Amino acid sequence: MSNALTVTDLHYAYPDGQVALKGVSFTVKPGEKVALLGPNGAGKTTLAHHLNGIRRSDRGRVEVEDLVLEDSNLAEIRKKVGLVFQNPDDQLFMPTVRDDVAFGPANLGITGEHLDGVIARALADVGAQDLQTRVPHHLSGGERRRVALATVLAMSPSILVLDEPTSGLDPAGRRELIGVLESLGMAQLVITHDLPFALELCDRTLIMDAGRIVADGPTREVLEDEALLRKHRLELPYRI
Amino acid sequence: MGAGHAHTLYVHEHSPVHRLPPETKVLSAFLFVAAVAVTPREAIWAFGAYAGIEAALVGFSRVPARFVLSRLIAVAPFILFALFLPFIGEGKDVELLGISLSSEGTWAMWNILAKATLGATASILLAATTEVPEIVKGFGRLRVPPVITAIASFMIRYLEVVAEELGRMRTAMTARGYDPRWLSQARPIASSAGTLFVRSYERGERVYDAMLSRGYTGVMPVIDSRTASAQDWAVALMFPLLAAATATIAFVTL
Repeated sequence: MSNALTVTDLHYAYPDGQVALKGVSFTVKPGEKVALLGPNGAGKTTLAHHLNGIRRSDRGRVEVEDLVLEDSNLAEIRKKVGLVFQNPDDQLFMPTVRDDVAFGPANLGITGEHLDGVIARALADVGAQDLQTRVPHHLSGGERRRVALATVLAMSPSILVLDEPTSGLDPAGRRELIGVLESLGMAQLVITHDLPFALELCDRTLIMDAGRIVADGPTREVLEDEALLRKHRLELPYRI
Repeated sequence: MGAGHAHTLYVHEHSPVHRLPPETKVLSAFLFVAAVAVTPREAIWAFGAYAGIEAALVGFSRVPARFVLSRLIAVAPFILFALFLPFIGEGKDVELLGISLSSEGTWAMWNILAKATLGATASILLAATTEVPEIVKGFGRLRVPPVITAIASFMIRYLEVVAEELGRMRTAMTARGYDPRWLSQARPIASSAGTLFVRSYERGERVYDAMLSRGYTGVMPVIDSRTASAQDWAVALMFPLLAAATATIAFVTL
C-alpha cells in the first residue's frame, strides 16, 4: 500500500531570496500520526503549505497516496490533504459555521440533502453539532478550533495537516481537541510547539530546523534526547 | 466592539415573518419603500394606510413595538433637519400661534418625516426578522452579482475581527502613555491605520489560501439551493402590493 504522504527533496526559497526549505524528505504512512517540531522560522508552516500546493516549489516532489502533486491534479490533492491553518479566523471565513463547513464539499459539487449530511457528520466528528447556525466570531477559542477542523473533515481527506492546533487553547479546549484528533483514523501531520501534546498524540516525531529534517524517530526517544532538543531550541516543560 | 453587539438589530423569534425566505423579504421591503417614496405628500390618508400595514407586520413578526420605536432613533438627524423647514421655507404664508410659517416648508417637513419614518421602519422590520448572513443570501438569490455578495459577506465576517485588532492597537498605544489631545499628536493614529491596512491585506492573503485549500476555483459555491416557493412569494409580496395599490389610488384621487 502506498504512503499517505511522500515528500522527496523539497526545496523552496521565498521571492525575496530567503531560503525556507533545503531538501526536505519524509514519509507518512496511512493512519500514522506524526508530530513536526522545530523552532520558529524553521520552515514548518512553509512546508505545510507545500503539501496541498498552495505554495509550489520547482525542486522536489510531493506525493499524496499514489498521486504526484501537479498543476493538473491540484483539486484532487486539496481534497485529499486537509490543511488546518494556525489561526481559525483565517480558516473560518464564511458568515456562519454551517456555510463554512459547507464551503469545501460544495466546491466538490456536493449539494442538497447529501451536503446537509456531510455537514452534520463533520460537525459531529468534532463534537460541534449544536454550532451549525452560530457566527464564527461568537465561538470560544476551543469551539473555533474544532469547527476549523470540521471544515476540513467535510472534504473527507486522507491526511490531515494541522498547524499549531493547540496554540491559544485553554487546558480543557486542548484536552477536547486531543480527544477529537485521537478519534480520527486518517493520517495526521501535526506542527506544534506543545511537546506533551506531541507525546500524547503521535507515535513518531520529526524535528525540522533551518529548512531541513534533523531528526525522525519514535516520539518518546526523540523527546528523551535532551541535547537534541536543546540544540533545536526545544524544551520539555517537565521530565518524562 | 464586543461580540454581543453583532445582532442588535435582530430579534430572535419564530414568527411567520421570520420564516419567510430572505429574498422575498428583501424584495418586499424594497418595493414597499419605493411605493411610499413615490406617494404624493398631500395624500395624508395614504401614509396612515402604510403605517397600518407596518403595524400589522410588527404584530405578525412578534417584534416588540418598543424595539421598533427605539431603533427609529436612527432617523432623528433627518427629523431634526426637517423640523426647521417650516421656518426657513420660501414664503411665510401661514400664521400659527403668532409665528409665521411657510406652507411649502411645512409640507416638505411632513414629507420627510412621514417617508423617513415609514422607510426606516420597513428596514428595521427586515433586519429584526432576518439575520445579516441571510439578507446577503437573499441578495444573491435576487441575482445580485456573486462578487458583490461575496464582498458583503466577507465584510460582515471580518468587520469585528478588524475592529478588535484596532482596539488592541489602541490599548497598546494607551498602555505606553499615548493620550492624544492635539492635532500634532495624530501621527501614531495615521500610522496605526496604515498598519491595520497591511495586516488586513495579509489576512486577506491567508484567507485566500484557506479558500484555495478547500477547493475554491474562483466562484463561490452554491451552498443553499433551496428557493422560495410561490406561496412564500405570494405572502411576502402581499404587503408591497397593498402599498402599491394605496399609492396608485393616491395618485388617481389627487
